[in-house]
Amino acid sequence: MRVTIERSAFLKALTHVQSVVERRNTIPILSNVLVQAGEGEVRLTATDLDIEIIESTPADIAKAGATTVPAHMLHDIVRKLPDGAQLEIEQGPDSGRVSVFAGRSRFALQALPPDDFPDLNAGELPHRFSLAANDLKGLIDKTRFAISTEETRYYLNGIYLHEVPAQKLLRAVATDGHRLAQAQIARPKGCEGMPGVIVPRKTVLELVRLIEGEDGEIEVALSSSKIRFSWGALVLTSKLIDGTFPDYDRVIPRHNDKVLEVDTAVFASAVDRVSTISSEKGRAVKLNISSGKLVLSVNNPDSGSAEEEVAATYDSEPLDIGFNSKYLLDIASQIKSDQTTFQLADAGSPTIIRDPGDEQALYVLMPMRV
Amino acid sequence: MGYDHCMTGAGERHRGFCRDCLAEAADDAARCGQCRSPRLLRHAELHDLRVAHLDCDAFYAAVEKRDNPALRDKPVIVGGERRGVVSTACYIARIKGVRSAMPMFKALKLCPEATVIKPNMEKYVAVGREVRAKLLSLTPSVEPLSIDEAFLDLTGTDRLHGHSAATSLAMLAREIERDIGITVSIGLSYNKFLAKVASDLEKPRGFSVIGKAESRDFLARQKVSLIWGVGKATQERLARAGITGIAQLQTREKSWLMREFGSIGARLYHLSRGEDVRHVEPDDESKSISAETTFNEDISDYKELERILWRMSERVSRRAKAEGMAGSTVVLKLKTADFKIRTRNVTLGEPTQLADRIFSAARPLLERETGSNRYRLLGVGLTHLTQAAHVPGVETLDAIAAARGKAELAMDRLREKFGRDAIERGLGFSKRGREEID
Repeated sequence: MRVTIERSAFLKALTHVQSVVERRNTIPILSNVLVQAGEGEVRLTATDLDIEIIESTPADIAKAGATTVPAHMLHDIVRKLPDGAQLEIEQGPDSGRVSVFAGRSRFALQALPPDDFPDLNAGELPHRFSLAANDLKGLIDKTRFAISTEETRYYLNGIYLHEVPAQKLLRAVATDGHRLAQAQIARPKGCEGMPGVIVPRKTVLELVRLIEGEDGEIEVALSSSKIRFSWGALVLTSKLIDGTFPDYDRVIPRHNDKVLEVDTAVFASAVDRVSTISSEKGRAVKLNISSGKLVLSVNNPDSGSAEEEVAATYDSEPLDIGFNSKYLLDIASQIKSDQTTFQLADAGSPTIIRDPGDEQALYVLMPMRV
Repeated sequence: MGYDHCMTGAGERHRGFCRDCLAEAADDAARCGQCRSPRLLRHAELHDLRVAHLDCDAFYAAVEKRDNPALRDKPVIVGGERRGVVSTACYIARIKGVRSAMPMFKALKLCPEATVIKPNMEKYVAVGREVRAKLLSLTPSVEPLSIDEAFLDLTGTDRLHGHSAATSLAMLAREIERDIGITVSIGLSYNKFLAKVASDLEKPRGFSVIGKAESRDFLARQKVSLIWGVGKATQERLARAGITGIAQLQTREKSWLMREFGSIGARLYHLSRGEDVRHVEPDDESKSISAETTFNEDISDYKELERILWRMSERVSRRAKAEGMAGSTVVLKLKTADFKIRTRNVTLGEPTQLADRIFSAARPLLERETGSNRYRLLGVGLTHLTQAAHVPGVETLDAIAAARGKAELAMDRLREKFGRDAIERGLGFSKRGREEID
């Protein structure tokens, strides 16, 4: 194998794929990136056995071939080369060694045989549809903060992506038991009859990183065990979480009739201010809601108390309710409108929070006892 | 069991005081010189003993009687209704032969006039906390055993309180009666084993003392079942060796007992002589609730270990629920066949007291540690404890967790009504059916 490639194009592709490679690996080849040269391009593949990212980039191929080299090391080398440099990658007669030349620098890297590189083996992906990158971003951004990180609840460790046939929607839901976030778009053509799938947290994070700045269409293909996102020169394939997502619809209240409206920015900064006083352990902020006003307060026996009054629209009977301040701020940061709407029932029941300018997003928050 | 062991013999002169007015008791008067109360406490070592065990008398029933004075002189049974079991019977019902864990129909046959009250655990937990707060005002060294009993070590508190441990404890008992409205029994001795034995001697409203001088003779008159840790199985093994009384244990060599009965042999040797080196271990907020068991034979089989993990998780959950505590970190402890201890932990999104949650958090930890390793001990615990004002785990947006939590609470209610074995999860069964682990 011998290829010549422009540094910035190579760095971009390498940056995309290498992040999936774990820093520590018990299986040596998983630390490597698979480099395949052929037909005017170099194809890079990296995997952690759950996710596989492939990206192709144009190159001068003097001699086709394939090898695997340590991913982070190669990335560091390319990163440190001067801008505009031309790289030459060559596999010598000894297949266990790969040389990288650029200007006056030369590196010799230990290689492992490409045949040993694992294949994620996606199998049949019968359900295929495409959606705008911005729609996919929206579905992810509005829900990913609610993904549970708790290993015990593995079935909550991702975003539940599924079709809602009755309303012809594609919906994303995430919850950690304390809060729930739901976002949806009109059902793209081709996803009718798809199985509901749980896309793992790590895949979601990779996807967010990779589609940053992308504004084209994203092709999605999936089965009940794997999902593939592809656009441009990039293909991300991932295993799905093998589990059943809880029946979230049952926990979304239907009859919360007390409606509170606040200014989003004013509310968020007031929550942020009063929660300064709260302890690391219990971050409860109390909302004392009465006609036309909202009083936020935090009482921390170890450090003191804080209180702030915020103008609000409210005309039901007064209500005291507590929430985790961090969860309130997480949700407030998702609301793009000037106003935020709360739909409440009582101090012990789930509360709905909505963005009046975005019908397609819904947040549910469990109160805390205060 | 009589209680003359703690009274003085005729002619001896021992210091003592009146438990009602705390006045110094005259040498051999039968009643207090000041308040005429017969409740005099005298013992040669009275002011030298500092390890105590305090036990609330017929706790659940006492709380119910406190809250409904009309029941004061009536027999009261706290427990499930008609088909359930007795949780606690008041002393009036006990006279008729009603005992804890007795099926309710049997209890009502013995005492048909009894008022049966369904247990209100939340209330008992709250009262239990009040009692604990009183104990902690006496010494930080309080080791709760359950909601209604605890060990106290009053070493070093004499000068602080200006009284001996005995006097402080008598005042404490008076205070609990006055402020909380229930009665307690106290055992005072020089170690935990004897303090616990003593508190049982004179219930209710008792105060018994076992001193160093008489402990050996006192124990010699008791049955082996008195010894902590000697259950049915050990009793049978001892009986086969011809040992039924502690006196017989006292005559045996330590090496013989260890050879015949293994690790429990050493304990039998020491406890039968009134020797117990366990310290009173205060239960502060940072401490954990845990349960562990040592196996008869080392185990490497995952399924077997998983089954034991479930039983231990249930036990931890039971204690957490009884104490009204919840913890947000689950700790797994394993001891390998060559005595190396491994602990692994995992932090949950919120505090829990549910057995199912403890188990499912610890199970992946266990899975990672099993394979070729053989273990001799498994334990599980909850740390980072907080008081659980409500049952966490049921109020969640995770419908799966909520359903599991609700199922567990429903099981708890069945157990409250019909006894601990009324309902089991299949997890706790081996191929041979349910076995006791300890």
